[in-house]
Amino acid sequence: MTDPILIQGGSLLGGAAADVLVADGVVAAVSTTPGELSADGVRVIDADGLVVLPGLVDLHTHLREPGREDAETVRTGSHAAALGGYTAVLAMANTNPVTDTAEAAERVHELGRQVGVVDVQPVGAVTKGLAGEELAELGLMARSRAGVRVFSDDGRCVQDARVMRRALEYVKAFGGVISQHSQDSSLAGAGACCHEGEISGRLGLPGWPGVAEEVIVARDVMLARHTGSRVHVAHASTAGTVEVLRWARSKGIAVTAEVTPHHLLLTTEELLGYDPTYKVNPPLRPAEDVEALRDALADGTIDAVATDHAPHARHDKQHAFGDAAFGMLGLETALGVVATVMVESGRLDWAGVARVMSHNPARIAGLGGHGRPIEVGEPANLTLIDPAASVVVDRDASASLSRNNPWHGRTLSAAVHTTVLRGVPTVLEGKLA
Amino acid sequence: MRKHLLSVDDLSLDDVNTLFTTAAEMHDVQRREVKKLPALRGRTVINLFFEDSTRTRSSFELAGKWLSADTINLTGKGSSASKGESLRDTVLTVASMGVDALVIRHSASGACHQVAEWVDCAVVNAGDGTHEHPTQALLDAYTLVRRLGTLEGKHVVLVGDLTHSRVFRSNVGLLGRLGARVTVVAPPTLMPSGAEAWAAASGFALSYDLDEVLPKADAVMMLRVQRERMSGGFFPTAREYTVGYGLTRDRLATLGEEVPICHPGPMNRGLEIAADAADAAQSLILEQVSSGVAVRMSVLYHLLAGEGASA
Repeated sequence: MTDPILIQGGSLLGGAAADVLVADGVVAAVSTTPGELSADGVRVIDADGLVVLPGLVDLHTHLREPGREDAETVRTGSHAAALGGYTAVLAMANTNPVTDTAEAAERVHELGRQVGVVDVQPVGAVTKGLAGEELAELGLMARSRAGVRVFSDDGRCVQDARVMRRALEYVKAFGGVISQHSQDSSLAGAGACCHEGEISGRLGLPGWPGVAEEVIVARDVMLARHTGSRVHVAHASTAGTVEVLRWARSKGIAVTAEVTPHHLLLTTEELLGYDPTYKVNPPLRPAEDVEALRDALADGTIDAVATDHAPHARHDKQHAFGDAAFGMLGLETALGVVATVMVESGRLDWAGVARVMSHNPARIAGLGGHGRPIEVGEPANLTLIDPAASVVVDRDASASLSRNNPWHGRTLSAAVHTTVLRGVPTVLEGKLA
Repeated sequence: MRKHLLSVDDLSLDDVNTLFTTAAEMHDVQRREVKKLPALRGRTVINLFFEDSTRTRSSFELAGKWLSADTINLTGKGSSASKGESLRDTVLTVASMGVDALVIRHSASGACHQVAEWVDCAVVNAGDGTHEHPTQALLDAYTLVRRLGTLEGKHVVLVGDLTHSRVFRSNVGLLGRLGARVTVVAPPTLMPSGAEAWAAASGFALSYDLDEVLPKADAVMMLRVQRERMSGGFFPTAREYTVGYGLTRDRLATLGEEVPICHPGPMNRGLEIAADAADAAQSLILEQVSSGVAVRMSVLYHLLAGEGASA
């Protein structure tokens, strides 16, 4: 067992200051009367000026283990997550081998447990080997010790409408959800790497049009309605997707959606220098899309921010733009980007940040121990934020093994001060505990 | 001149005029019996071609050799990614041999820009994916200026597969800088995405109707159309393309006899250009090739021989 902790004077979800006593892994007491909770015999964290949030939950992380341990491991990815304020991450299935069996899911889950700084919840593949043809053992993964509830072929889209329909139907039996990487491969093939528009036309890069995402989102929304099942839209990136989501919500269809930090801030213009750091799938979009995504996150049309943290070994990014790997880092900078884009502008308050980075992702993923209110008896998964901080991102100061960090050199607002997983600090004063 | 030639945007109008003046001198040398100049003696130029090329590579090779540079060709088919070596490792390996200039052709857009970030030597873009081919645009403009006297106020019409054409992308920038009025013609499926905004910003015109544009042309540049584009659904059949956008014998008749016809090659005779047009007296197609060596000599000379040097 660990020592009790008294978090003193932090602003709960940006509201009233309170003292929070953490003991035995849960919130033992909350008091708004200074001095009411005794500091005797407990470890005190001075949270004056800090904001206390429920531990962040990432619906979309690539930890690369097994298979690409030169890019990231469960250990290094867990450390990056904790430093980013996360207490739980969903580890995508596109590893080598693919997480498409109960055994593979349990292995990832167990690796996460051994590191023990965030809860690593495996995402199961929808189809065997991510091939898009036959369903993976969804039920066995759900019944495994890993208790998989989120299934995704992420990196690839489940193209076949029949396969998608069956997957949606099948996971109803155990409350599963399909997280779809929406990309119609006939409209945006494997070579597509730049938002299709004036910039792709000028640069001569193969275009990845927004409509290639939107037609799949629209199709899947109709399949969710038809099957009465739940679909989750991974990394929504266009204004058109937002429109489809609004319509689906208005019809009561069970669809949820996430947006990445990079799609909330970076635009296609970053590609003008052909720097593969900015090569990501779906691609960075124009400012109009970015604006629509911000609005949708603020008004709840988009439920969650998810990082799509995608580490890559240096040499996999040192190819010509079209040949380089897709993806960018995100775990350590997500909170800062959200603070910069959404909080500074007044579009979200800190309770809103808790909603999109903790409550909603935990609910979507079915993680009962995360994203809970900060109340007596709840699991003590907490993140303390310094809202006044301003951080210049240094890619070499990362816990990740990879350096494909698009935020390098940029200034972001706010900083993670402390992360607590079930009563145990994993990060203190911005450093691994 | 900047250190590298990656894009026509790297060239000021003065740079272009300087390059053309030197190219004209080189062009005269080319007609001598003994063609070699000592200008780049002791310098090393590597033609690093990751994509097949016959004419551009041999043109650069001759250009380097006639300037007395040690010139060698390295070819690597397919992307370096597929061979397990990063592009950076490949070019650093080559550059480390002690090279003054790398002339690079690559199937991926932007590859030369990236290479220029990694190496210390000069980098010349010999065609990067569907992005740019600046020496082609220079030789096209040089050839047209020699024929027309100037490009100022001249109406140049580019026709063909614009989406996949690096020749178009370099030409539309350079011709505009030289004062030409440019109209680009293609079926909508072969217009680059965002072309309307680009055209509005850069001051060129778009058209889907060749017959409407052709009678007003002072020069016509036909671009290659790859037959494999049909499988991508860009147009239904070769026949239909030719009827809509080919420089056919009938269309040739509507052109003034003095209106030059260019094509960067290789030509698909009968598809985008009829034999009558390719072989017409007003065709500059072979002159483009001979100008190409002179222009590339000029480019290598100015990049390697340093500021203010004379040939």
